[in-house]
Amino acid sequence: MNISNLTKGLAMGAVLACMAPMTASADESAELVIDGVTLVTRTAAPDHMNIDEIISGWVFRSDETQAMQMDDFDNPGMLQVDAAAADWATVEGEAGESCQSCHGDPSSMAGVRTVMPRYNEAAGDLWSLEEYINNCRTERMQAEAWGWNSEDMISMTGLISLQSRGMVVNVAIDGPATPYWEQGREMYYTRYGQLELACANCHEDNYGNLIRADHLSQGQTNGFPAYRLKTTGLNSIHNRFRGCIRDTRAETFAIGSPELKALELYVASRGNGLSVEGPSVRN
Amino acid sequence: MADNVTPRVRVPRSAAAGEVITIKTLISHIMESGQRKDGDGNVIPRSIINTFSCDFNGQNVILVNLDAAISANPYFEFDAVVPEAGEFTFTWNDDDGSVYTDTKAIEIA
Repeated sequence: MNISNLTKGLAMGAVLACMAPMTASADESAELVIDGVTLVTRTAAPDHMNIDEIISGWVFRSDETQAMQMDDFDNPGMLQVDAAAADWATVEGEAGESCQSCHGDPSSMAGVRTVMPRYNEAAGDLWSLEEYINNCRTERMQAEAWGWNSEDMISMTGLISLQSRGMVVNVAIDGPATPYWEQGREMYYTRYGQLELACANCHEDNYGNLIRADHLSQGQTNGFPAYRLKTTGLNSIHNRFRGCIRDTRAETFAIGSPELKALELYVASRGNGLSVEGPSVRN
Repeated sequence: MADNVTPRVRVPRSAAAGEVITIKTLISHIMESGQRKDGDGNVIPRSIINTFSCDFNGQNVILVNLDAAISANPYFEFDAVVPEAGEFTFTWNDDDGSVYTDTKAIEIA
């Protein structure tokens, strides 16, 4: 092959590469409607952020994954929600109480997920939803606490999140929550691990771009607990954080640690204005 | 005996005579294959849904034989012609002899 043929061959290769089918990408103009309720998947960012628009992770997913979440029958996370609904009514512990005996129907939890994590005055600390659940279990029911990342716990957060579906995330970042929020923001912009990646490097600077074969989202937590096709189960926020930090080849913070709770508050505040989607469907 | 077995079915409430409708079914079930061992090395006995059927006014619409390689929570989606108003009956047979059923009535619009 002489030089001119070689050049031609390379040029042909370039043309073919351009003609290759695009990788499956999401329809970014799609609207998320579940049971006739339209959820907010794009809105103006809160004032404290460096970007103008916040976008739910749902927007970044493929058409098929988006469709799974739009129909509760097709959303596999709903199986765990049903299991949690059974737990809700089950009497456990010495006190002879169930969730239901104090709280009534799960719908009484409407709005709870929108403000989590929240500063708990009585405890003098920032509490995640998991801690509120366990506090009920150990104090009021006198039952055993659930593990933060146990299936029972994640399913229950799914049931409680579902009650707030369509309501807008609105975590408090002022008053006593301020120091936690600032700690979380510090972490968000700190580079961790051998790869020296901060949350912001992927989820603020590069959302929408491909990371290997996957579209980076903004890392919003409004859809948690999220059913992941990868793990075929609902996943907690802290589990996702741990996975992300691990992927930077860093030692991760423990699930339920003060660090991850602070990060949870900060990341949640970056989604103030998006609808609660839990249990969502993601990759 | 499998725990927390709940059948779920979605059928439209009404259809035109002769219309083809889509039916979705799902049953939450562990579908233990019988191939696995527990922590002590003992085989966990097989416990699966082995047949699923759907009938319309006594006439069979679909009959499915399931084997041990089927994943947990088997989901079936299929089409059916609705010639007249009537009732769909869904039946799942468990290895342990349990039979789970659900029925859905459909009207002609």
